[in-house]
Amino acid sequence: MKMASLKTMTSSVAALALCAGAAAADENAELVINGDIEIVTRTEAPAHLAGHLDEIRSGWTFRTRETQALEMDDFDNPGMIFVEKAIEAWDTVDGTEGKSCASCHGTAEEGMAGVKAVYPKWNEAAGEVRTMEMQINDCRTNRMGAEEWKYSGGDMTDMVALIASVSRGTPMNVAIDGPVADTWAKGKEIYYTRFGQLNLSCASCHEENYDNYIRADHLSQGQTNGFPTYRLKNTKLNAVHDRFKGCIRDTRGVPFGVGSPEFVALELYVASRGNGLSVEGPSVRN
Amino acid sequence: MKKVALGAVCLIAGLGMASATEVAPGDLQYDEYGFLPAPLTDAPGDPANGRKIVSTKSLGNCVSCHTVTEMIKDVPFHGNVGPSLDGVADRYPEAMIRGIVTNSQGVFEGTVMPSYYKTDGFNRPGIAYTSKPIEGEITPLLDAQQVEDVVAYLMTLKDN
Ligand code: HEC
Ligand code: HEC
Repeated sequence: MKMASLKTMTSSVAALALCAGAAAADENAELVINGDIEIVTRTEAPAHLAGHLDEIRSGWTFRTRETQALEMDDFDNPGMIFVEKAIEAWDTVDGTEGKSCASCHGTAEEGMAGVKAVYPKWNEAAGEVRTMEMQINDCRTNRMGAEEWKYSGGDMTDMVALIASVSRGTPMNVAIDGPVADTWAKGKEIYYTRFGQLNLSCASCHEENYDNYIRADHLSQGQTNGFPTYRLKNTKLNAVHDRFKGCIRDTRGVPFGVGSPEFVALELYVASRGNGLSVEGPSVRN
Repeated sequence: MKKVALGAVCLIAGLGMASATEVAPGDLQYDEYGFLPAPLTDAPGDPANGRKIVSTKSLGNCVSCHTVTEMIKDVPFHGNVGPSLDGVADRYPEAMIRGIVTNSQGVFEGTVMPSYYKTDGFNRPGIAYTSKPIEGEITPLLDAQQVEDVVAYLMTLKDN
């Protein structure tokens, strides 16, 4: 058994597994990106999940060895091509103010390290919970005098991937109390609401049935620490609200809109279920 | 409430409006356990068609959550969200199986199994997998005859 699965591993994974002394089973493999960034893919669930989950697991732990391997090196990770594109956009002046992202934030590595881990988060001046996308558009319109990007369009998702990539390894740590408490509670309610004619909630699949199979799909806990995700299925980067949309559609339901208050609240809540897992985006999924 | 519904069914049958009588989802007569003793149609279920419904993605797609060993050779990727259906006819009476298929939550409280012959109680129901809202009446996931076909097929799943 062990021999057979070792044979199917790529040599780089096998080498890593040997170094890390990891077990041969996929779900116990350890994720170290570029031989350098250690990613927490399994950890104790945050306190607010008591009675629901004991351990939280990144979607990476549910993927096949081949898919897992693609995330272990940036040269193999197709999502990094989109990060490259965003690095260019980061430095490009746009809008009436003659500014680029770099004008205010320096390099992405300097300006954005650790930032993805705390989003969505409260913006005091605006008096609202903001996703990364909302913050990016606020910078574009108010500071750069540039056009808004489409909420889950290519430019936007690439930029979110760049910002995630420089936070890889930082544990997710979104706030759930204080001014965001109401939004968080609303997100939680949506998470446990059954939708569509199949009458399924997020919890039906990702809390009650993770690790089970729906037909050929190996259900994960539906964590968002890996977003944006590069999916082998559609060969592009996928934004988190697009994933929520797809999941509600699959209940034979009518999803909320991308960027809607409902999805912002749901994103905050789902992100908080992953508090403790490392930021991992852009991740690779199937 | 239940008596009124039964009256309506009898009336339709009495008028002879259709050659095979069908009971509408809202008129089903469940017992206190959520079992459904009476068939939904006059025509007997066809197990061969039921097998097709259970295994076909665009129909019942029951295998997305259940394993059925008997069809493992011709139907790939059986799920395991629900229990294996092997031998289900030995375990449960037909009335229970019919109740599970039409309204699973009436038998198993809080189950994730969808109800296949039910037209109300949904949040944001959409037209199949299009994300578009259903305007007007909801069509059940399976029609009355399909439910009877599925029940007839499940009644063939015996261990001995
Ligand atoms: C019918 C079952 C089902 C329901 C209901 C469902 N999902 Fe999913 N979800 C899936 C499948 C299948 C996948 C792909 C495999 C996986 O990662 O679980 C997935 C993937 C995801 C992912 C990607 C995880 C990753 O690591 O890339 C997220 C996030 C997610 N779902 C969130 C949700 C949320 C939030 C809801 C409720 C609005 C929801 N899902 C409802 C089936 C479902
Ligand atoms: C989304 C998942 C899902 C789908 C799809 C599904 N089921 Fe189920 N089914 C379940 C679960 C879970 C149970 C166990 C009941 C519980 O929740 O305790 C179950 C239980 C059953 C049982 C009782 C089995 C036993 O031994 O207890 C039967 C019979 C059954 N299902 C038939 C069907 C048929 C027929 C279809 C399709 C027309 C179907 N199911 C589709 C999830 C599903």
